[in-house]
Amino acid sequence: MSKEEITKMKDAMFEIKDLCVNVGKTTILKGINLTIHPGEVHAVMGPNGSGKSTLAKVIAGHPDYQATKGEILYEINRKKIDILDLAPEERAREGIFMAYQYPVEIPGVSTSVFLRAAFNEICKHQGAEEMDPLDFDAYLREKMKILNMDDKFINRPVNVDFSGGEKKRNEILQMAVLNPRFSVLDETDSGLDIDSMRIVADGINKLRRKDNAILLITHYQRLLNYVVPDFVHILRHGQIVRSEGKELAMKVEEKGYDWLS
Amino acid sequence: MSRNKIEKLQNEQTTENNTLSGRDYKYGFVTEIETDRIPEGLNEDVVSLISEKKNEPSWMRDWRLKAYRHWQTMKEPHWPNFQYSPIDYNAISYYNAPKKTTGKPKTMDEVDPELIKTFDRLGIPLTEKKRLAGVAVDAVFDSVSVGTTHQSELAKLGIIFCPISEAIQKHPKLVQKYLGSVVPYGDNFFAALNSAVFSDGSFCYIPKGVHSPLELSTYFRINAAASGQFERTLIIAEDDSYVSYLEGCTAPTRDENQLHAAVVELIAMNDAEIKYSTVQNWYSGDREGKGGIYNFVTKRGKCEGVNSKISWTQVEAGAAITWKYPGCILKGDNSVGEFYSVALTNHRMAADTGTRMIHIGKNTRSTIISKGISSDESNNNYRGMVKIMPSAFRARNYSQCDSMLVGNKCSANTFPTIEVNNNSATVEHEASTSRINADQIFYLVSRGLDTEGAVSLIINGFCKDVFKELPMEFAVEAVKLLEMKLEGSVG
Repeated sequence: MSKEEITKMKDAMFEIKDLCVNVGKTTILKGINLTIHPGEVHAVMGPNGSGKSTLAKVIAGHPDYQATKGEILYEINRKKIDILDLAPEERAREGIFMAYQYPVEIPGVSTSVFLRAAFNEICKHQGAEEMDPLDFDAYLREKMKILNMDDKFINRPVNVDFSGGEKKRNEILQMAVLNPRFSVLDETDSGLDIDSMRIVADGINKLRRKDNAILLITHYQRLLNYVVPDFVHILRHGQIVRSEGKELAMKVEEKGYDWLS
Repeated sequence: MSRNKIEKLQNEQTTENNTLSGRDYKYGFVTEIETDRIPEGLNEDVVSLISEKKNEPSWMRDWRLKAYRHWQTMKEPHWPNFQYSPIDYNAISYYNAPKKTTGKPKTMDEVDPELIKTFDRLGIPLTEKKRLAGVAVDAVFDSVSVGTTHQSELAKLGIIFCPISEAIQKHPKLVQKYLGSVVPYGDNFFAALNSAVFSDGSFCYIPKGVHSPLELSTYFRINAAASGQFERTLIIAEDDSYVSYLEGCTAPTRDENQLHAAVVELIAMNDAEIKYSTVQNWYSGDREGKGGIYNFVTKRGKCEGVNSKISWTQVEAGAAITWKYPGCILKGDNSVGEFYSVALTNHRMAADTGTRMIHIGKNTRSTIISKGISSDESNNNYRGMVKIMPSAFRARNYSQCDSMLVGNKCSANTFPTIEVNNNSATVEHEASTSRINADQIFYLVSRGLDTEGAVSLIINGFCKDVFKELPMEFAVEAVKLLEMKLEGSVG
């Protein structure tokens, strides 16, 4: 490995700089800075209304969340690109993924048809060959094993009549299938019983690699017992007020958020 | 400048205007052609004149006149769930034929090139060289058929596929026996009007034991202004025969409403099957609801024989107003009726459509799958009737009516009627209403699909039970048509 390449490896793959975000006329995020390297798992914790979900949505490119200041730099082919300039589908095709807190139901569209359409869009963009339905079916079944999912699941319409746990598992299944480089998991633990949480956490752990990174957004410390983060950031009133190692999550669990300012 | 050049320039200009004003309707152009036109107005003389122009036998003229007299005693129906301004039946021209086709051309080479060009532009190539391989086409332009492809090929199998005006001349016995046997002229106001003034349409006769190797189809084009189109189609499938029939239709972009009142009759004998598919894309008016076709249509099939089957599949995406209930009379024991429908309304369109299944024979079965999509400020209604007669032992019906709303200014209604007169029957009805919303679109987009792909996935999912009944090429067309119509409505 050349010296240059080593330096590149050390480079951040995802960097938020002084990001301010408005929803309507209200400013929700007020100058966020965050640097994430390949292989890392970061957790963002914070009380209700601190701006956690806004952070997830603005990374995914939701049109209701407008960045008024700052940038989100993401490494694409060794170049840093401000993804705020990219359409949401372009972000997805470049390997950015968001697991939804409230996954959306799409009646009539089977999970496998949906996932194959998304998978092939990403393949097309990245210059890889698209997969035919048979090959994709085999690929999908392989990924479903990671999350202990029933075969019947793939023919059911996306998220329709899914239990809360199934919806969250479906999000992580999508992550496994689409194979993103950078994932934001928005409150993936909310509404899960302990067994589902273990399955989901196991799934996430299996998807951790040296070349990808994960941003976990969570209200409780619970998930972090299973998916152990490298860094924990506390978000309050739209700003990151503290960043430490995983032990910060324990402190929050004990003391709540009020001691942080 | 030569005359041709001037004409060409004018044509180009029209095309340009159309792309600017009605971008979402690419069939809105007008063909400049000399026509043989009966002036506006309706009376017994006009009815007789239509009959005369078609050189019809007296029984046909008499039938028309009887229908006309009956029509005069009837009232325009206003029970459907939409309003429209009264139609002035004396402001309509009931006969418009391109001049050069008055004497019916024997081969496609004799057809006016301007008409060939028009149908080319509509995606319906007629000439020997370019025509579609697996589909025989009867092309109807205003009041007359301008050409029918693959006729000789079909004739070898004994299949008759020709304009109905030709059938009246060449196969009078068949026409006399079956015309009006499923939809009598007194059936309803528009059926009576059609019976009096119908001009052209297709006639199909499939002899005993023959499975038509080709799809038969008719393409209806309205071109003339201040005119109506009154097509009449009659399909007869003898014992143990099979035919799949398709129809398509378009009309120019105009500010005035135009009337299209068709009657279609299907007859299926023992073990025969007729599959009838429609992709309806009449001009539907502009965003404010100005102009568009009034599509008031009576379609009915009769399962006369035992084990016969009639299947209607329709994609209704055009017309300012659609009033249409393709139904089945299930007379033969074990006969099967099916109705698969996607009706899409946008802008200010209104649709009141559905089906009627009349169970008479024993063990008769019917299936109704209706998908209504309404967007913008449109109004979409399903109206259906399932009637089980006392003789229909062990009859079964399954109905499913789903509505999808796009945006919050549109409406969707379901008006099902079920009448059961035999308690051995099983009748099921399911209905649902859903909404396509920005969250769904964003969910799909954030997985890598573009907005168009996302809408298409959702619409396809919603309509797949109907689309899978359409012949392949038609299904692809239908998906594209719906996508185009919904562009800009979601978000």
